[in-house]
Amino acid sequence: MPHTAIEAQAEDGGSASKPQRIIKLGKTSDDIDKKSTNRRVKDVEICVPIVYGTIAFYLGRKASESQSHKWTVYVRGATNEDLGAVIKHVVFQLHPSFNNPTRIVESPPFELSECGWGEFEIGISLFFHSDVCDKQLDLYHHLKLYPEDESGPQSTKKPVVVESYNEIVFPDPSECFFARVQNHPAVLVPRLPAGFSLPAPVPLENMNENGRGDTKDHPLSQWFMNFSEADELLKLAAARQQVQAHIVKLRRQLSAIDGMPQPLKPASSYECT
Amino acid sequence: MDAKDILGLPKTPLPITQEKKSRPQKDSQRKPDGISREVYALTGGLAPLMPSIDVSQLKRRPPSDEKITWQWLPFTSSARKDDLQLYHWARVVNGVPPTGDYSFAKYNKSVDVIRYTDEEYEKYLTDPTWTKEETDQLFDFCERFDLRFIIIADRFPTSRTVEELKDRYYSVSRAILIARAPSPGEVAGHPLVKEPYNVSQETERKRALSMVLSQTKHQERKDAEVIAEAKRIAESRMAAQGVEEPDLPVTSDIGPENAEKAIGHGDAISPSNVHVPSAAVAPSTSILADNTSTLASLRMLRVYLRTYALEQMVQAASSSAGLRTIKRVEQTLQDLGVNLKPKVPTKAVCAEHLELRKEILTLLNLQKQLQYKEAEGSSFRDGSYGDMPGTPKRSLRAADQDRTFVPDTISFGGERVGKREQKRKGPGRVSETPSSPAHKRPRKLKASDL
Repeated sequence: MPHTAIEAQAEDGGSASKPQRIIKLGKTSDDIDKKSTNRRVKDVEICVPIVYGTIAFYLGRKASESQSHKWTVYVRGATNEDLGAVIKHVVFQLHPSFNNPTRIVESPPFELSECGWGEFEIGISLFFHSDVCDKQLDLYHHLKLYPEDESGPQSTKKPVVVESYNEIVFPDPSECFFARVQNHPAVLVPRLPAGFSLPAPVPLENMNENGRGDTKDHPLSQWFMNFSEADELLKLAAARQQVQAHIVKLRRQLSAIDGMPQPLKPASSYECT
Repeated sequence: MDAKDILGLPKTPLPITQEKKSRPQKDSQRKPDGISREVYALTGGLAPLMPSIDVSQLKRRPPSDEKITWQWLPFTSSARKDDLQLYHWARVVNGVPPTGDYSFAKYNKSVDVIRYTDEEYEKYLTDPTWTKEETDQLFDFCERFDLRFIIIADRFPTSRTVEELKDRYYSVSRAILIARAPSPGEVAGHPLVKEPYNVSQETERKRALSMVLSQTKHQERKDAEVIAEAKRIAESRMAAQGVEEPDLPVTSDIGPENAEKAIGHGDAISPSNVHVPSAAVAPSTSILADNTSTLASLRMLRVYLRTYALEQMVQAASSSAGLRTIKRVEQTLQDLGVNLKPKVPTKAVCAEHLELRKEILTLLNLQKQLQYKEAEGSSFRDGSYGDMPGTPKRSLRAADQDRTFVPDTISFGGERVGKREQKRKGPGRVSETPSSPAHKRPRKLKASDL
């Protein structure tokens, strides 16, 4: 999909510093376009933090035998930013008892709402834009309708929310993709060393035709869970400290028994942090 | 019963006779001791009343028409060089004593030691380090002791090592064979000629063997570790080589296209080539080698989930550990209050999680080592075994932090998971009989030492 004019910078004849990994070309924009989508930024990974899951409401008085709950399955950016820059479309694979169990959502927000009575595993397949990745990524999520504590009647106000945090990692992303999402809020892009130059970003076609793709003001956003890595990091750091202290103690005990000075162990894990 | 009623006899004897009747019945129906009821039932329940094998049939002999007697007769053996007559019981059939050589004479084998003449010695066999007398004596011993060089070396008047004796013997025999042979081709097939004795190699081999046998356990473990590391590094190099291949076609596809245009052609390809092998060669520890090969395989995927990457790395790090150890790692993680799978798997969290798992593995290994060492030590001591399991517990508690961090699990190496480890002797049963694991472990160690 050649876009004119933008590739003009490739005609640059005088860049003295040639970064090792990027090749400068000097010919037609078409060719350059093809090449830059093929070329990859090495030893760099682009990370897209996502949250996916389900929110299910009990329908209460409106419930029937076959439709007792209304639920929504979705994939959103972890910070509720628009994933449309990365994901082209999402395919939700529902239980075969649903009509057309293969539901395709073409644009963000990538979600699907349905009514039903049963819990099952939903298949979520993410399809990316052509410059991002030509392989799909499959996720699975178990739809939960009934709350943990079965005490009392179900509330129609409080839904059953199950969300999972994960990060999509693209190792060695294409330059085109990199340039395009360099400053995108939904994407974590590492800083490249100085002197690195990329082709100018090429915006995708059909972006945001249907309005906002982010989920910041989504009607269900009040139920979204907060995922903070700080808690886990703290816990992990504390645990590591304890384990390290024990290791030191045991090493001392061992060397006392051996009667030798502290034995040299091959480089163990905590030396390579 | 009616008759007694009619006669008016008392009924009291009845209960007694009933008891007697029921008891023998019960006894025969009861299973014999020492064998479980079910097993006994397999044999068909009660023991057979008639024996299945007729005992009287067992010791019968076929009726023979010959008259057999046993006589105390003299005999000679072809194996003897003298004419000594010894006596033994011989089976005489119908008055005819056994004929033929002594039946054990055929086992008197000896080695064909080649003897040389003096002329041959002068011509082919002189050697600066060996006198003729010594060589003669060596050959006498070889014949006498059937080439048992250890005995020959022991009895040899001048002190020579087994390798030297062997060397002299084999080289002399070889020289003689070649000298006596009508043409070299005829003897070429003879094992002595085909494979000459290599003194230096033999000496070296025996020295290495004795070194291996005399290694301490400490050294054995170190060697095993080094070998494992080397294997992993070799494997990661292979994996890296596998990664190189796909990279090359990708860059070379662009390469020819760009050739007319790009100046930095070589630059593009070489960094990718150089980088992968250096990543494989650089790590010197097994853990990093594992990581690199996993990273390499992850890079092959165009897209993956962080949790998937973590799973692969965890698997790689635990590849050397058995299932039991992995379970213990997970138990420790739980005790520490850490999720087995991080709830917020960011890059940093996953890295920390991986490092924590590796550290726990190290910790468990150290515990095991400590247990072995203590068991070793206690097998020589007549100490109170009851003390042993307690001491690590006490020392851990002493420096305990705010959280009561699994003193039980750590000190007993998984007492809490004892149920899972019941199949294995030792740690699971520390609380009951402290002496038994200590006993069992040293025995196990000794067997494995050899």
